[in-house]
Amino acid sequence: MKKRVEYLTVTENKKLTDSFFVLKVRSGGGLPEIKPGQFVQALVTDSPSTFLRRPLSVHDVDYKTNTLSLLVQIAGPGTERLSRLVPGETINLLYPLGNSFTLPVTGEKVLLTGGGCGMAPLLYLGRKIKESGVQPHFALGFRNRSRILSYEEFSALGPVWLSTEDGSEGHRGFVTDIPAFRGDKWDKVYSCGPEPMMKAVAALCRQREIFCEVSLENLMACGMGICLCCTVPTTSGNLSSCTDGPVFNINDLKWQTSG
Amino acid sequence: MADLRIKIGSLELRNPVMLASGTCGYGSELEDFMDLSALGAIIVKGTTLEWREGNPYPRMAETAAGMLNAVGLQNKGIDYFEKNIYPRLAEYDTHVIVNVNGNTIEEYVELSRRLDRLQAIPAIELNISCPNVKRGGMIFGTNPSSAREVISAVRKAYSKTLIVKLSPNVTDITEFARISEEEGAEAISLVNTLLGMAIDVKTMKPKLSTITGGLSGPAIKPVALRMVWQAARAVAIPVIGLGGIMNADDALEFIMAGASAVQVGTASFIQPDTAVRVVNGIEKFLVEKDFDSVSRITGIINRI
Ligand SMILES: Cc1cc2nc3c(=O)[nH]c(=O)nc-3n(C[C@H](O)[C@H](O)[C@H](O)COP(=O)(O)OP(=O)(O)OC[C@H]3O[C@@H](n4cnc5c(N)ncnc54)[C@H](O)[C@@H]3O)c2cc1C
Ligand SMILES: Cc1cc2nc3c(=O)[nH]c(=O)nc-3n(C[C@H](O)[C@H](O)[C@H](O)COP(=O)(O)O)c2cc1C
Ligand code: FES
Repeated sequence: MKKRVEYLTVTENKKLTDSFFVLKVRSGGGLPEIKPGQFVQALVTDSPSTFLRRPLSVHDVDYKTNTLSLLVQIAGPGTERLSRLVPGETINLLYPLGNSFTLPVTGEKVLLTGGGCGMAPLLYLGRKIKESGVQPHFALGFRNRSRILSYEEFSALGPVWLSTEDGSEGHRGFVTDIPAFRGDKWDKVYSCGPEPMMKAVAALCRQREIFCEVSLENLMACGMGICLCCTVPTTSGNLSSCTDGPVFNINDLKWQTSG
Repeated sequence: MADLRIKIGSLELRNPVMLASGTCGYGSELEDFMDLSALGAIIVKGTTLEWREGNPYPRMAETAAGMLNAVGLQNKGIDYFEKNIYPRLAEYDTHVIVNVNGNTIEEYVELSRRLDRLQAIPAIELNISCPNVKRGGMIFGTNPSSAREVISAVRKAYSKTLIVKLSPNVTDITEFARISEEEGAEAISLVNTLLGMAIDVKTMKPKLSTITGGLSGPAIKPVALRMVWQAARAVAIPVIGLGGIMNADDALEFIMAGASAVQVGTASFIQPDTAVRVVNGIEKFLVEKDFDSVSRITGIINRI
């Protein structure tokens, strides 16, 4: 798919919690085909300390209204500025970028698991899986009850199991402690979230020889394969997370120790 | 219409705007955004004799108006380049220049010799200024006698247009500009990145795996501009200016300071078609000001 730079119009900016918001943006000329797992590079204006674009996963796509949504966590000045965008304003996006998740085939049992802003790509992935005739299941982890995000959106697509670290909702502990995750037989597991979480998911899947793909959030400068800053050590050498990823099969990764 | 053509040695460029090495991949990555034939030249990724994996992650840190990188010349080496990448590059309707790197003089020479045989590569850019490798690179570019040795050796091995890329991490840039000219370079390009570093206060660790890295972007433009001005007054060969060019006005500053051509680097990460915008902006300026060619304003600040 051809990449493009385009000004999209903000149609909605919904605050979910103190640090999370969902931004909906509409393409005037029509959206290109976007695959689940792909991301955008958002230009942040009026934030003097934000020089580079900010990578954000595609959270959902609505081709009827040519709208895409982004689920964003305020992490610093760039995302803070985006949280103040109001409907009618424009945002400059470089997209669609990156590879995509491998969709399951009919009859497979699939689990989508993530936490925090790592949930972003899982909604659109779940939608695409459902459209393909396979039932998605979700295992989502949060620190506590007040941090739970977008429960309704996910449960509209399939069963959702929750875990919280303090046990205030759902299962107490991490997503990998959810009984259904451990107990059921999964054909494919997809994961995106904080690195320790993805590593725990990967360890479990490796042990049980389950096909597992994770979406990495390496620091990026360009997002289109020209700077080689987003490198990921893999069994076939250093690859670029923005073009060879961000989705990787866990068997190809040599997990880096983050510095 | 203004005449944008320029000459570097025997090489004629359609216009004075190129893509800087290490910031444009092999060009094809940017083809969705612009027609490469609208550019004077593209300088592809830093290349070495051997396959190199580069430095460990993290390799990048954003800074005020710029970024630090510590990529460390990740590339698949000349054999892979010749077999798998070169055939594609040979199809481009623009000049493709290869950025040449090595650990030793012998490696620089051998690589230059290999590239001399590739018909569709009309020039090389000798990188003696990479701050992100332990051996070679900047060590050659910051020591006058090593610089002279490597340029002289490569000159003997390479018959086509030789550009030497200089490091800004020196006290007197004119010394290295003169050495390049004396040893037979057709042009010099400057600047490569400035050596810098950044620390994450939260984790109390350096932000780059290599601790230090190369600073690029608008943060370095005033320094780069000053060095281009100094170098252009010191030598008669063309100077190619770069460092923090984000738009046509930035490029015009370099040209007015004495640069015959410019390169766009980090700006492409943010606005992938910056280089074409720069071409158009330069042309617009010349037409508006009634200059018939870009060479009329090269070094103009020294004349008024
Ligand atoms: C492919 C990809 C997809 C992403 N998708 C989403 C998403 O859907 N929703 C979302 O909220 N965020 C996502 N991120 C992370 C997001 O890009 C960063 O949080 C954002 O760039 C921070 O910018 P800032 O200016 O707000 O904060 P900054 O001031 O730049 O950073 C704040 C802190 O976060 C750290 N940080 C910044 N970027 C990253 C990163 N990529 N990985 C780890 N730590 C980082 C910094 O080191 C710093 O400590 C994604 C990142 C990648 C690479
Ligand atoms: C990620 C990155 C990789 C680079 N790789 C190379 C390289 O391989 N060879 C080289 O001569 N310069 C390399 N450079 C330096 C640029 O070509 C340029 O000299 C420098 O970034 C200053 O220009 P700018 O501020 O316009 O980016 C690299 C710069 C960056 C940011
Ligand atoms: S972010 Fe530049 S190559 Fe991946």
